[in-house]
Amino acid sequence: MTPYFNEMFQNNAVRPPYAGLEGWSADMPADIRLAKQAEAEALFRRIGITFAVYGEGGDPDRLIPFDMFPRVFTANEWAKLERGIKQRARALNSFLVDVYGRGEIVRAGLIPAKLVYQNDAYEKSVCGFIPPKGVYSHIVGIDIVRTGPSDFYVLEDNCRTPSGVSYMLESREMMMRMFPDLFRENRIEPIDSYPDKLRRTLASVAPAKCDREPTVVILTPGHFNSAYYEHSFLADLMGVELVEGQDLFVDGAFVYMRTTEGPKRVDVIYRRLDDDYIDPLCFRPDSMLGVAGLMDVYRSGGVSICSAPGAGVADDKAVYTYVPEMIRFYLGEEPILKNVPTWKCGDASDLKYVSENLADLVVKEVHGSGGYGMLVGPKSTKQQVEDFRALIMADPNNYIAQPTLALSTTPTFVEEGIAPRHVDLRPYCLVGERIELVPGGLTRVALREGSLVVNSSQGGGVKDTWVLAE
Amino acid sequence: MLLSVEHVTMYRYDRPVRGVVQSHRLTPSKFDGQQTLDWSVTMTGGTLGSAFRDGAGDWVQGWTVAGPVDEIEVRVSGRVLTTDLAGVLRGHKELVPPQAYLRDTEATEADAALLELAQIVLTAESPLSGCHNLCDAISDAIVYRPGSTKPRTTAAQALAQGEGVCQDHAQALISAARAGGIPARYVSGYLQSGQDGMDHEAAHAWGELYIAGIGWIGFDPANRCCPDDRYIRIGSGLDAQDAAPIRGISRGSGSEILSVTVAVQTQEQ
Repeated sequence: MTPYFNEMFQNNAVRPPYAGLEGWSADMPADIRLAKQAEAEALFRRIGITFAVYGEGGDPDRLIPFDMFPRVFTANEWAKLERGIKQRARALNSFLVDVYGRGEIVRAGLIPAKLVYQNDAYEKSVCGFIPPKGVYSHIVGIDIVRTGPSDFYVLEDNCRTPSGVSYMLESREMMMRMFPDLFRENRIEPIDSYPDKLRRTLASVAPAKCDREPTVVILTPGHFNSAYYEHSFLADLMGVELVEGQDLFVDGAFVYMRTTEGPKRVDVIYRRLDDDYIDPLCFRPDSMLGVAGLMDVYRSGGVSICSAPGAGVADDKAVYTYVPEMIRFYLGEEPILKNVPTWKCGDASDLKYVSENLADLVVKEVHGSGGYGMLVGPKSTKQQVEDFRALIMADPNNYIAQPTLALSTTPTFVEEGIAPRHVDLRPYCLVGERIELVPGGLTRVALREGSLVVNSSQGGGVKDTWVLAE
Repeated sequence: MLLSVEHVTMYRYDRPVRGVVQSHRLTPSKFDGQQTLDWSVTMTGGTLGSAFRDGAGDWVQGWTVAGPVDEIEVRVSGRVLTTDLAGVLRGHKELVPPQAYLRDTEATEADAALLELAQIVLTAESPLSGCHNLCDAISDAIVYRPGSTKPRTTAAQALAQGEGVCQDHAQALISAARAGGIPARYVSGYLQSGQDGMDHEAAHAWGELYIAGIGWIGFDPANRCCPDDRYIRIGSGLDAQDAAPIRGISRGSGSEILSVTVAVQTQEQ
């Protein structure tokens, strides 16, 4: 008997949201399943949705594995998640406006000044600037795990440029193509409005100086970036230009894009590169990827940058522990979604606890991402635990620890048939004039048996995520 | 004191460049010690870009020049009425919290020698006396010698070689102060040249240290004093690069030859 919450089977019965999938999966002969799996892989390969894995060598154009077994939420489950996600996205943006303004939350003693103002992601050059509609983070990716029928935890927030939304859209596309019957038999909320909603969100934060239909572009570091596919995919679906730094230039008080018909003024830049690279005059002078003078235009209201420079200070893993406080402080509400209890290794008493219980904990770097530089205590050898202990002790401020969560499982197609595998969920909350999100998100699945790490860089795959209509 | 400034920066390119983008912080700060009577910044062939006052209180003005162009002149001229406030930056409006100036950059990262200097502020009777002592110690440790360092020389490197220019003095000062827990920043400005027979750098730089209860106070290790009415403050940053009065980039393959002349003089009132 597994201690994990199985989202499909409870006490040998199928939970209602999965009822529509029971017959489908049970009746599917092995040869059909393999053929479908091969078809999915061929389709993904053809459209070019591949994922470069940092630091692992091998095939840079490796496909991200796709699992055909959908992950399902009821309308009720989703309604609660949606409220919790929007609440969090509002609080995170309020926090950003505050810490680049008067810093009331710091003055109130609710979050240490050091954590905010000495944070590498704190950008003093935007102090005193309130971006259009008061939004710093326009696409908030919130990673959520489930441990029980109504137990959801937020694992981390991504306020800069969360990636993966193309997998959410493509997974749905793939399922609809391969199993059209499923979409007739089940009432599944559509997600295909995401690109439209994203474009509307971006257009809604055009600067005050923009007096016409805003021109929106996506700024990519280029084709060697691991998420380049997603950049071009989104540009395509939104009907906006995909540009690199060299395609843009500053003239006077505005930013222009080079086009075959001459320069065209740009109002909103959805940038998919880090703060450090967006303007060599303000940040890294050696960056060739950005646009010289961009920050001056931004600060004086000539262009909008999404996410806003400096947004990263809200999604640091140490700042994460204070998000429930932010929700209470700015919104006067109780958090709808729970935080995972977190120990900050920079705190002496927390560090003592972490050190004594290291083998039971998950330890992460404060600024790490992609599942790199982390320790999953229960899944590690004694030696690995001791090696990691040395890393923590050398720089405790750089680490946080959390209990090893019993991530829920959903049925997943594996070689032997169907087996439970652990999953998480990343919904993409859009924040502009309105706050909205499409029902669902990206479900990532740890394909290795027993693995709790869902990152695609660590052998994770993706699934279609269904939210059932009421 | 009434000071007049003439500051000309010439950029010559051996081959014409396609365009130039610059961001200027070349305007005197607004605080009780400075009253700007007249001030102008011009750029040959330049289009005025965006302008705004940033969170640190500095006036930022963007410029672009459409090419091809092989020579650009940035000319600053104006007059400022100054008052000696013993280095205290009184009446300066800014929003960046002092704690943000505890962060180090590559140029100001402290090594063992700078950490040792930080002991001066850590063990001082009062933060203020500690800052004065630190300023003197930096003055003693780095001898003024033009040409002995490069624009990218770090605080640690300058201290190790024991000589440098005002930039090195300022960066070493703020590095050691931060290591001692005192928010510190790099300040760029002008200094009235030469009437006391000393060889000053007219385009000057010094440090500002933050002392709770008093605020930001300037310290100039290059001249072993606090800025007085001979100084004009224009902008600040985490290090020399961050506080640069002119940041710019040119598009094209031409290599750049830079020449700068600065004259800061007292005028009869």
